Amino acid sequence: MEFLFEPLQYEFFRHGLWAALMVGALCGVVGVYIVLRGMSYIGHGLSHAAFGGAVVGYVLNINFYLGAGLWGFLAAILIGQVSKRKKIKEDAAIGIITTASFAIGVALISRVRKFTLSFEAALFGNILGITSSDLVVISVVTCMISVLLFLLYKQLLFTTFDKDAARIFGIKTELVEILFSLILAAAIIVSMNIIGVTMIAAAIVIPAVTARMLTDRFSHMMIGSTLIGSGTAVTGMYLSYYFNAASGATIVLFAASVFCLAMFYNYVRRLVLLHEHAHQHGVVQHLHEHPHATGHEHPHGEGIKDGVSTAQVSEGTMEKPSVK
Amino acid sequence: MDAVMVEFSGVSSGYEGRPVFERLNLEIPQGQFVGFVGPTGCGKTTLLKTILGAIDPLSGIVRIMGHSIRKIPPGTIGYVPQLETVDWNFPVTVEEVVIMGLYNRMGLVPWPSKKEKARVHSLMNELGIDDCAHHHIRNISGGQQQRTFLARALVGDPKLLVLDEPTAGIDIKTQHDVLHLLGELNKNGVTIVLTTHDLNAVAAHLPFVVCFNKGIVAAGPPHKIFNAEVLKKTYGADVIVIEHGDHLLMSHGTPLSLRRD
Repeated sequence: MEFLFEPLQYEFFRHGLWAALMVGALCGVVGVYIVLRGMSYIGHGLSHAAFGGAVVGYVLNINFYLGAGLWGFLAAILIGQVSKRKKIKEDAAIGIITTASFAIGVALISRVRKFTLSFEAALFGNILGITSSDLVVISVVTCMISVLLFLLYKQLLFTTFDKDAARIFGIKTELVEILFSLILAAAIIVSMNIIGVTMIAAAIVIPAVTARMLTDRFSHMMIGSTLIGSGTAVTGMYLSYYFNAASGATIVLFAASVFCLAMFYNYVRRLVLLHEHAHQHGVVQHLHEHPHATGHEHPHGEGIKDGVSTAQVSEGTMEKPSVK
Repeated sequence: MDAVMVEFSGVSSGYEGRPVFERLNLEIPQGQFVGFVGPTGCGKTTLLKTILGAIDPLSGIVRIMGHSIRKIPPGTIGYVPQLETVDWNFPVTVEEVVIMGLYNRMGLVPWPSKKEKARVHSLMNELGIDDCAHHHIRNISGGQQQRTFLARALVGDPKLLVLDEPTAGIDIKTQHDVLHLLGELNKNGVTIVLTTHDLNAVAAHLPFVVCFNKGIVAAGPPHKIFNAEVLKKTYGADVIVIEHGDHLLMSHGTPLSLRRD
């Protein structure tokens, strides 16, 4: 247990660990919505947009979090508005708005040559430079986002599943989308300093995708993604300490290896399930996975079509093989 | 006179300023069970979306139970989408989908109360899907999937039920079961509006049909309006109408020549 307690004697590590735990959980839970909405690129994009905002804020002598936060939030709203026009898809809107914002930041840096702030930290993260006041900001933002996600759980779930139906059923989808943009921007801003602009997309996407591979239930996916996010962040911190490697990169690499393990587990589970389902009726061999009625009895048609047996209409309900 | 459930007064509706249909006047009485049939692109789905408030009309007035669509009480309308538009890989169970129908009236907490949960399971039991409550929506039959979304639409006790092609993608027997179920709901006072491509299912189950092609071509009971002339005007193609006892059978295309060996 020595290896667990040894780094804790250093204040910078304790701060970094606490920040990683909160940010890992935050990215994990927000990532669920990002992945299910097919917006995996937005983490990458918004962090670049926020970088532009941070530089603008620095030039105008505004607090980093405020400048980056406002700019990131505006970018998120703009992405939503631009992609409402069906001619422009969301990925294109993200690509245009966020890279333009990033370019503003880079252009300003090249023009104004008296920066004392290290923007390398913003690009690659500086988890070991987290101060007590940073921890307070991260804690407050994490609490606020947690409360909002709790209160908006139903609305966000329905809007993510089917936005049109959600509106028809009385959910105020426009308001939900605005609030989600705010949540997303806030999560990315506080995570930027920890993980960096270049790697934040991975921190948001990997835990959620890993959790999705392990469960078919939304609530379980939320819990799983949060635990995977915080667990990989904490483990990554320890690994970075002992291997003397960049903490942001180590966290992401460890999360990626957890994802690979989950993929392997899924592959093995499917092989086992297929093996259990393999059976033969006369000359017909079946390897299909399907929902079972009691007794595993089902009538068969003429044979295999594309590896799935054709089923006849049986008495009572029609059970169609559900191959997706 | 029956109260009016859905009223269109001079409504033009479409997308990006371009109307799909124009100056439509329509009244659907309360308690009616009506199907809209017509070719692809004729405006059936646009009409449905306009009723649901999913798109705003370009001109004219839409009223539901005498109120503007934006001012009707929540839960007045239940909606069943086309199965083809559903994301079947989304991580939700049958029970979770049905509970979504109550989200706009539940409290602040994410989970339903005991009373709400009991209501959900009672309805699922009536529709024969309670046994698969915890199954993923992908892992059930087409008929069960249709009934899941029907349960979601009904759990809020709507006055108007709107279904977009409820017979698409399911087998004949399940189509029969679904339409029979809708008929029973209609007998209990629910106004039902649906769109479909299936003329034979409509002829067999629905008391009132509207042939629609960017406007109303004909409206009335199927046995009165399903004839070759009306269907040709609706679809722009020859449709053969055969009376077989009490049944109407519609077919289109060139009849197969029978080979005799």
